[in-house]
Amino acid sequence: MADVEKTDESMDATPNVTEVETVDAATDEEAVAAIEAPVERGEPILQVRNLVKHFPLTQGILFKRQVGAVKAVDGVSFDLYQGETLGIVGESGCGKSTVAKLLMMLETATAGEIFYKGQDITKLSGRALKAVRRNIQMVFQDPYTSLNPRMTVGDIIGETFEIHPEVAPKGDRRRKVQELLDVVGLNPEYINRYPHQFSGGQRQRIGIARGLALNPEIIICDEPVSALDVSVQAQVINLMEKLQDEFNLSYLFIAHDLSIVRHISDRVGVMYLGKMAEIGSDAEIYDHPTHPYTQALLSAVPVPDPEAREGRDRIILTGDVPSPANPPSGCRFRTRCWKAQDKCAEEVPLLAVPERFKGSDTPAAHESACHFAEEKDVVHAA
Amino acid sequence: MTTIDKTRNVPEPRGAADGSTPLLEVRDLHVEFHTRDGVAKAVNGVNYTVNSGETLAVLGESGSGKSVTAQAIMGILDMPPGRIPQGQILYRGEDMLTMSADARRKIRGRKIAMIFQDALSALNPVLSVGYQLGEMFRVHEGLSKKDAKAKAIELMDRVKIPAAKERVGDYPHQFSGGMRQRIMIAMALALEPDLIIADEPTTALDVTVQAQVMDLLAELQREYNMGLILITHDLGVVADVADKIAVMYAGRIVETAPVHELYKRPAHPYTRGLLDSIPRLDQKGQELYAIKGLPPNLTRIPSGCAFNPRCPMAQDVCRTDVPPLHPVTERDGSELVGRGSACHFWKETIHG
Amino acid sequence: MPDVTKAQTTDEALLDAVAPPAVEVPAGQDEKKSDKPRSLWGDAWYDLRHRPMFWVSSVLLFLLIVIAAFPGLFTSVDPRDGDLVNHYLSKPELTHFFQPDWFGYDQQGRSIYARVVHGTRASILVGVGVTAVVTLVGALLGMLAGYFGGWVDSVISRLTDIFFGIPFLLGTMVVLNAFTERKVYVVILALAFLGWTSIARVTRSSVITAKQADYVTAARALGAGTSRILFRHVMPNAIAPTIVVATIALGGYISAEATLSFLGLGLSDPTISWGIDISEGSKVIRDNPHTLLFPAGMLSLTVFAFIMLGDAVRDALDPKLR
Repeated sequence: MADVEKTDESMDATPNVTEVETVDAATDEEAVAAIEAPVERGEPILQVRNLVKHFPLTQGILFKRQVGAVKAVDGVSFDLYQGETLGIVGESGCGKSTVAKLLMMLETATAGEIFYKGQDITKLSGRALKAVRRNIQMVFQDPYTSLNPRMTVGDIIGETFEIHPEVAPKGDRRRKVQELLDVVGLNPEYINRYPHQFSGGQRQRIGIARGLALNPEIIICDEPVSALDVSVQAQVINLMEKLQDEFNLSYLFIAHDLSIVRHISDRVGVMYLGKMAEIGSDAEIYDHPTHPYTQALLSAVPVPDPEAREGRDRIILTGDVPSPANPPSGCRFRTRCWKAQDKCAEEVPLLAVPERFKGSDTPAAHESACHFAEEKDVVHAA
Repeated sequence: MTTIDKTRNVPEPRGAADGSTPLLEVRDLHVEFHTRDGVAKAVNGVNYTVNSGETLAVLGESGSGKSVTAQAIMGILDMPPGRIPQGQILYRGEDMLTMSADARRKIRGRKIAMIFQDALSALNPVLSVGYQLGEMFRVHEGLSKKDAKAKAIELMDRVKIPAAKERVGDYPHQFSGGMRQRIMIAMALALEPDLIIADEPTTALDVTVQAQVMDLLAELQREYNMGLILITHDLGVVADVADKIAVMYAGRIVETAPVHELYKRPAHPYTRGLLDSIPRLDQKGQELYAIKGLPPNLTRIPSGCAFNPRCPMAQDVCRTDVPPLHPVTERDGSELVGRGSACHFWKETIHG
Repeated sequence: MPDVTKAQTTDEALLDAVAPPAVEVPAGQDEKKSDKPRSLWGDAWYDLRHRPMFWVSSVLLFLLIVIAAFPGLFTSVDPRDGDLVNHYLSKPELTHFFQPDWFGYDQQGRSIYARVVHGTRASILVGVGVTAVVTLVGALLGMLAGYFGGWVDSVISRLTDIFFGIPFLLGTMVVLNAFTERKVYVVILALAFLGWTSIARVTRSSVITAKQADYVTAARALGAGTSRILFRHVMPNAIAPTIVVATIALGGYISAEATLSFLGLGLSDPTISWGIDISEGSKVIRDNPHTLLFPAGMLSLTVFAFIMLGDAVRDALDPKLR
């Protein structure tokens, strides 16, 4: 069994946003060379700066005019370090899945930069773009729809080699696919089976094998276990942790299940309505949350332990998440926040270490986008 | 915005305690589906009872038969391919499986109502919410349009939908997920049933909304003194509101227990495995315990105990003999009320 | 944005319970049947094999195709040879199996049996030909419209609407009227000219559904090109409804050809067609119903066989049952 213990100490010190050392590649070759260059463990590998994605809302059939925009992602910045797992949590509509799509270049960003090893991938094309695609892979939420039902497992995983033929020579591909099946804990003889002959957990293993095929550096996991049964979730999570150690992967782990995110992540970012509300190490976020939204979210999680929950405070938020097409002014959480004051409607709180904790070395001194940030432990019984 | 205290009084279950017939009793229920690959045995002898004012949580993974049992109770199983070869479903002592279709229809909706997971597909998209709520009164109680609408508004207030009067004419898609689930609850409540079956009522909702809806459901149940069957796969949700839990696996109940007892001391290796396999929110864990293998294919349920291929404690006897639901006792033999475990080695599991 | 937190709905849970795959069962315990890889097409084939309707229609169609391909095997009489002196409107001799006088003779003293046998080819050719052209054109346009969307979709969809708006038979008659000699290929093209719209619509909507699937997103994320996505991922998953519509429409095209021929606007002499014979026979129907009965009966049987096949295929491929 792989050792899954995280090196928390080394990660704790890492700031959320570091200086981007940009690489200016004049030619395709230089760009590819920069992309293939290795990154030290603990160095930033992916740096996201002020990422914005607005989906235009249009009206009219023939002459479309824009009547507004859904602000799915509205200025998000974070770093992903080599070898770590960064968890992104938030409720539906917070934009976490859109972030994944932007990083995968499945959507074009409205504004902002995504630096992969110092190069802005939103501006890349040709071979350099292909090289980036090879290095950033994705595992999808729904193992029932993310595998083509008309293709065998061998074809599904093997297709990655057809698209990126330089990774594996033709004669070698079948063997490589079988190796991958073995790595994710499936019988290599299942290579000729179709997806519907597998259960949900097994399908997700196939999806993971596909993500691993090109030997990527980053895997973006969009709710990889939320469609699975509880007893199978643990298997898949353990597998993902084992693979991270084995292949030296960096994970961006997007999920709504806060317990699972805590389990797997080194650092956690909490998103609300297209913005990052709070970000820090797992202990900082879970044991010392300072943003009211994080506190509410954590306190709402049903805990399968009636004893532990007796002593817990529960914060029940009223109302629903406002529409991202028409977010509240100032702080986006203010409409549901019990601390909200006039200032919250006027000033957008910046994601930064709160003034009152600055310079101190308490775990509460991590970045939180709240004017009135204060620590409140809602997870542990009083 | 309110911080509420979690300690509340659970009302004493009434009904069975004084020897009268329980509200609902399922006896030795079997359900099978005839498929191309053979007969899928979805439910294999389920027994449970629910009394007024009591919440029974039926916990299980997909394919455990928890939803099929509920569908059989509601009489909404697709037959064929479904079939109920044996068993009884007693509503106040009367077997619903043998009564006339007419008598059964009178119970369904009026006495026993159901809440589904997906409120958007359970509501008719082309009719206003007020109309759909009012329909219950017009059809079942013959109220006039105007009175029905007034009733609808009252119900929407009941489930705490803000500005009910203004929103009564809105269509389902104009409501958020949490509000839609409230409307579903309102519909189920309309005729003040004795029993509500809620099938994964909060699974599709966000955590912060989940808590609101669960609280509402629990509050209404207390107020009306209804029986509630809560079907879920989420061990966390169950811990919140249930009085007793029945854990299902491969169409059987493998463990029953009052809610606190189950979490503290599981008496079945499957329950214990499930509890161990969820990560904790309040501490960083090491490697997760994972139950090995996969849930069984219902057309080929393993012989003996269905859990034996995945069980760390399995012995030869587990592969041959189906374990009955043993009453679980303390080490000294004193009775533990309401506890049962369908494991040959329940003693080792709980006292181990 | 839809990041729906998904778990098992009742339906899914049920499906999972009922039709889950049988893998990870200890080796040896596994039955032979489930060990073989079974594609969705394989499932459809399994389904078809268990439908008597499929077999009845298949046998009928096989027979009809053999007749169409080798009419000489069934009769040696020239269907154009008339003998007014001996055979003018002779009644059928129903016991003379496969003899020229089995179905009797028509007004020109031609063997109706021979004409029915030789007329099969035209009907089958028209049916299959129109379906082929219509499927090719309709599926291509529907795929382009569905996959690319935007202005491509707007142009193709409006075009489809315009063609759909023209009454099918009337439009075809107008087109055919422009030709004096109407051979099989002329009729095929004329029918296909207005017939492709329904296929295009069905294909468009199924392509739109398929292109939104996660596996298409997954392929895009890998950097797959448009043609790979279109032909490996979208088409195989979108083609089933197209096939169903095409199979069911086939019977319709055969009867459309007969209708046109009956009206004198379809195939023309010297081509032999049931439609022409029905038209001729209808003139003497009162005293000699057999002149109408046999070609009309064959036509109905053929259309019936194709529609039955279409139904069976639809049931086997219907995604709602899958």
